[in-house]
Amino acid sequence: MSRIEVLKTYKIFIGGQFPRTESGRYYTPLDSNGKALANICLSSRKDVRNAVVAARKAFGPWSERSAFNRGQILYRIAEMLEGRQAQFVDELMRQGSSKVAATNEVNLSIDRIVYYAGWCDKYNQVVSSVNPVSSSHFNFSSLEPMGVVGVVAEQSTSLIGLVSHILPAICGGNSTVVLASEKLPLCAVTFSEVIHSSDVPAGVINILTGSPEEMAATLASHMDVNALITSNLESQLSNKLSLLSVDNLKRKFDYEVNWVEKDKQALHYISDLQEIKTTWHPIENVGGASSSY
Amino acid sequence: MEIKSHSSNKIPVSPSIDKVGVEERIARFQSRSIKNEAKKQGLNMVLSMIDLTTLEGKDTEGKVKQMCYKAMHLHDHFEGIPQVAAVCVYPSMVAIAKNALRNSSVKVASVATGFPSGQTALALKLKDTKLAVEQGADEIDMVISRGKFLTGEFAYVFDEIAAVKEACGKARLKVILETGELVTLDNVRKASDIAIYAGADFIKTSTGKIQPAATMQVTYTMLMAIRDYYDETGIMVGMKPAGGISTAKLALHNLVMVKEILGTKWLSNEWFRFGASSLANDVLMQLVKIETGVYQSNDYFSID
Repeated sequence: MSRIEVLKTYKIFIGGQFPRTESGRYYTPLDSNGKALANICLSSRKDVRNAVVAARKAFGPWSERSAFNRGQILYRIAEMLEGRQAQFVDELMRQGSSKVAATNEVNLSIDRIVYYAGWCDKYNQVVSSVNPVSSSHFNFSSLEPMGVVGVVAEQSTSLIGLVSHILPAICGGNSTVVLASEKLPLCAVTFSEVIHSSDVPAGVINILTGSPEEMAATLASHMDVNALITSNLESQLSNKLSLLSVDNLKRKFDYEVNWVEKDKQALHYISDLQEIKTTWHPIENVGGASSSY
Repeated sequence: MEIKSHSSNKIPVSPSIDKVGVEERIARFQSRSIKNEAKKQGLNMVLSMIDLTTLEGKDTEGKVKQMCYKAMHLHDHFEGIPQVAAVCVYPSMVAIAKNALRNSSVKVASVATGFPSGQTALALKLKDTKLAVEQGADEIDMVISRGKFLTGEFAYVFDEIAAVKEACGKARLKVILETGELVTLDNVRKASDIAIYAGADFIKTSTGKIQPAATMQVTYTMLMAIRDYYDETGIMVGMKPAGGISTAKLALHNLVMVKEILGTKWLSNEWFRFGASSLANDVLMQLVKIETGVYQSNDYFSID
């Protein structure tokens, strides 16, 4: 007797849990042959709301962890992803990638996670500065994470775009609410399972599937979201999101980047999501001392 | 200290509680669909029913003054927001709160009787109560002796409440059962009946120091005791769930429950209160959300 295959239920990821969407809706993206890929949650604005609450709760403890410990946890994500490489390659191929392209994308994703893991305890030293001032102050600037970062993941890739957005954000101590690719959502859900098993505290990464058209506006107007990053978004939606981001002076980036290229990882993706805090520390003015600060 | 005993023939026989039935009923309160207009009214009502509370060892004069200001000015740049019902403080802070609130209708409630454990002599409890009243407290939140209750000394608990009620004079008496320590719903019902028959103006779930605090199961059980008493005597008793109600949604569920068990007569801050320290901001954020359509952030509301 032939065995009946057990199909996976693809659910969303909020606060370290895998709930179904609050709305109860789902959609069925198709593969390149027009065959149904899976039933995927069509999340609603209320899921966005819940995810932001979870992300806000997680932000404080995550940003206060030592930078070194954050690096360890990010590296752990790479380890867990490595262990499930085959599953990701398989999902990418089901979503229309060739075997070579799929393998490349998964490997690049793992390498990119390791890249950002390494930056965790270094970016602040590299970007911070001691500033020359003309008064009796020791004046220095250092970085602090912005808070909750909204992400509309790159829509034309399933995994690498997602990784390229999330990692620099959490590397710098932010927490994230991510809207996955609408047409290629499989890897996003499986990636949340990887996160779930890699010591990332609940709520630091929240991943929703569904229509960015529908949910991005909620994310952009949300007063408790501090930054919004997107990439290669069509200009009409991008402009709309920029307008909605104004109310709480949300920082917004729309990167025009092909994430599949190897060198599309850099320090500035981390520092884009950081606030600069400058401190004026009064010091004794020593007569004749030559230092400018 | 001797107290006159008038309890023995007044403690009623309490019905037993069907826990599964209670849970099922509560699940139904939580699934009511509340539309925007009703939600707005409900949220405003919740605000007007809040006893803004600070009961910590680290309370200072400044903290109490700040809270009193918040009680009167919840969110001034949004029109039509009511004031809260009362502030709830320790006896040592009553005079400060009373002074800070002198030009408003916000009442001052004081905990008393050796709050939160109640492990002190009756004479001290009465003195504690009288002191708070003298300082100007409009309402007294007393705790029952849970230890005595759990060892079955119901008459003692009854007489103690009656004695404190007498000491309150004109101040309204809220009796805290501390349901988290009573363990079963049957005990909660029994304690509610004792408090009500001993003269409580309000019964209150918890001190906020013990978990679980104001669960809906417990509040439901206490509301049923109030209803039975009202059916029998025609006398209204107030209800105050306290501790653990920190979201607007949960507060609305509680209002639905009160409306459906006790009716609209209880839907005012004369008969129903929320004891909470962080509920107000969540309710305000929901109100602003309904008005503007935009989800709000705690960053733009006053500190609790």
